[in-house]
Amino acid sequence: MSTTPVIRIEDLSKRFVIRKEKSLKERLLNFGRSNLHKEDFWALRDVDLEIEAGTTVGLVGPNGSGKSTLLKTIGGIIQPTTGSVLLRGRLAALLELGAGFHPDLTGRENVYLNASILGLSRQTTDRYFDAIVEFSGIERFIDTQVKFYSSGMYVRLAFAVAVHVDPDILLVDEVLAVGDEPFQRKCLERIRTFQKEGRTIILVSHGLDQVAEFCDRAVVLENGRVAADGAPEDALMVLRADFEVARQADLARLAAASPQDAAAAARFTGISVRSDDSEGGRPVVDEGETITIAMEVRSDAELRDWSIEVGIATPLGNPLFVTTTEMLGIDLAPLQGTRQFTLTLPEVHLGSGDYAVRTTLRSGDGAEIHYVPVGAQFSVRTAGSSRGHVFMPAIFEAH
Amino acid sequence: MDTTAEDRAAALALEPMRSAGPTSGFFRGTVQSVRDIVAQRELLHLLILRELKSRYKDSVLGFAWSLMRPLALLLIYYVALGQFLGAAKSIPSFAIFVYTGLTAWTLFNEIVLQGTGSIVANSGLIKKVYLPREVFPLSVVGSALFNFAIQLVILLLATVVAREVPLGERWWYFPLSLAVLVVFGTAFAMLLSAVNVYLRDVQYIVEIFLMVFFWASPIVYSWALVSNAIDDPALEAVYLSNPVTLAVLGFQQTFWVAGDGEPVPPDLGTRLGIALAVGIVVLWLCQRAFARLQSNFAQEL
Repeated sequence: MSTTPVIRIEDLSKRFVIRKEKSLKERLLNFGRSNLHKEDFWALRDVDLEIEAGTTVGLVGPNGSGKSTLLKTIGGIIQPTTGSVLLRGRLAALLELGAGFHPDLTGRENVYLNASILGLSRQTTDRYFDAIVEFSGIERFIDTQVKFYSSGMYVRLAFAVAVHVDPDILLVDEVLAVGDEPFQRKCLERIRTFQKEGRTIILVSHGLDQVAEFCDRAVVLENGRVAADGAPEDALMVLRADFEVARQADLARLAAASPQDAAAAARFTGISVRSDDSEGGRPVVDEGETITIAMEVRSDAELRDWSIEVGIATPLGNPLFVTTTEMLGIDLAPLQGTRQFTLTLPEVHLGSGDYAVRTTLRSGDGAEIHYVPVGAQFSVRTAGSSRGHVFMPAIFEAH
Repeated sequence: MDTTAEDRAAALALEPMRSAGPTSGFFRGTVQSVRDIVAQRELLHLLILRELKSRYKDSVLGFAWSLMRPLALLLIYYVALGQFLGAAKSIPSFAIFVYTGLTAWTLFNEIVLQGTGSIVANSGLIKKVYLPREVFPLSVVGSALFNFAIQLVILLLATVVAREVPLGERWWYFPLSLAVLVVFGTAFAMLLSAVNVYLRDVQYIVEIFLMVFFWASPIVYSWALVSNAIDDPALEAVYLSNPVTLAVLGFQQTFWVAGDGEPVPPDLGTRLGIALAVGIVVLWLCQRAFARLQSNFAQEL
């Protein structure tokens, strides 16, 4: 495969000005000092990206990190403050469903209008019309005014049009979540076909699993900057870790605000995984061997009525196994100071691959006190007789 | 399947990189804008249809409503001004005279008024898709021209009924006047629609200005009355510098057959030609202003 860049973003920055004064009177009164009443907000800062033809890129990040702004600059809807966006090929954007749908027109008229907005000629639309209607699955309502449509029907029709315009670049912003499951699956299948056909897809999503599943590459944005860019596994790990940092900061702020809520100060001070024959580092165990998870918990004030939850997850963060001290029937004694605990899993029946240990400290009412998404990591080796996260002995016989 | 992917990549590799969004630059931008708009003519056509279809959708009479307003105005002016104030005595075929002026004025009025609101009204689209945004004011121009055509048919029917059918060379004034109206209307619509995004008050100011300027053109009174009242040639020049006034006079030259003996400003054809030339320059400047202002549309809406 040749690598042809279809989108080249250079030094892209976008500034929004937040004006604080509202009325004309205020503006006039503050005319000379208007800079005091303005605040710059950089939605994007020095973004450099090059996207090759045929790749599927996931844009992820917390709310307000600039994902949608970046997508809109690529789509040409917002002009960058500095820097440039260059692209080639036909671009279709699914930024919000029903963009370009006029409520008073029928579905049929809207299909033509929307297709034309996305750059399709009338003849081509004629040719694809039946396919579009069939894909949307709303044949019965195609001659009904769109204002009577349900939101699901809107999405179906809009997506159906967008996938039929033969785009080289498809921008998708969080729109797939609206349809029902069969339709979502249909959309995702279509996206897979698009990938095979070498189209470039840029997806903004909060569904990190979706990103992990579909994308060849993930770009993590944070406060308008690219925080990570690479294989989805790595990028998502960065993002999840950041989410945890943000949550901890939140908790710390909460604890500072209410000192009597001392439970919030309890936390894990160390987590490690040991196998029988390894010391330190990332242990590698064979299937069926024992691992021991060691934890150290520290609480400055007395911690009563609490529990520990331990789980094993894939590198993408899907939990595979979770147990708690409650489930195991253990009442933890009140804790003040530092104490160590271990959880031993004598037989690890996991498939080969990397795994993460996640631990959670909970209070009696189930509220999280401290959560560590990736406390420690280990790898599992198997003989290679199977794939997947679970290992089972398999015996195949011919009869 | 792999071949399609490679074909696509190969085809893409041949295409030059282009900038997302509109091209800046004063002269280069003009060429690019015109090219973009021409490329989107099918969309323009559909948008005009949308304007027309959705305007009177769900009303029983539909399009007939677009005629009601000028006809009601005609009735008011005919009765109140023509009969009660006696304007009909000094103006022959007063009904046709008023309707001619109203037809011209309605076109200009509709382009400017609806055009001013066109960008804000289509904010849903502008925030989500990149299109040459000029298509929105232009689609208003298209739908206004359609309504104008219907009114024109009625006007012609009226001239047939009155046995004052305009024939021959007088028709030369019509395309020239129409061009002046459309060019100035489009220029204002474009500029004001862009400014309206930043300052929504514009919409209301425009309404008031249009109301005032209606009386600044000889629509319900004749040029003869104006030239009698104004002695100062400088004032007369000011009055005649209004392109809409010239266009209305041009319309009357064509359709107001009964007014053939009435006084006409000298060199009306030349004046219209100059107005058209000025209008084209103004239109170009307004388009450039529009192009400058449009870059922040999506975030201001």
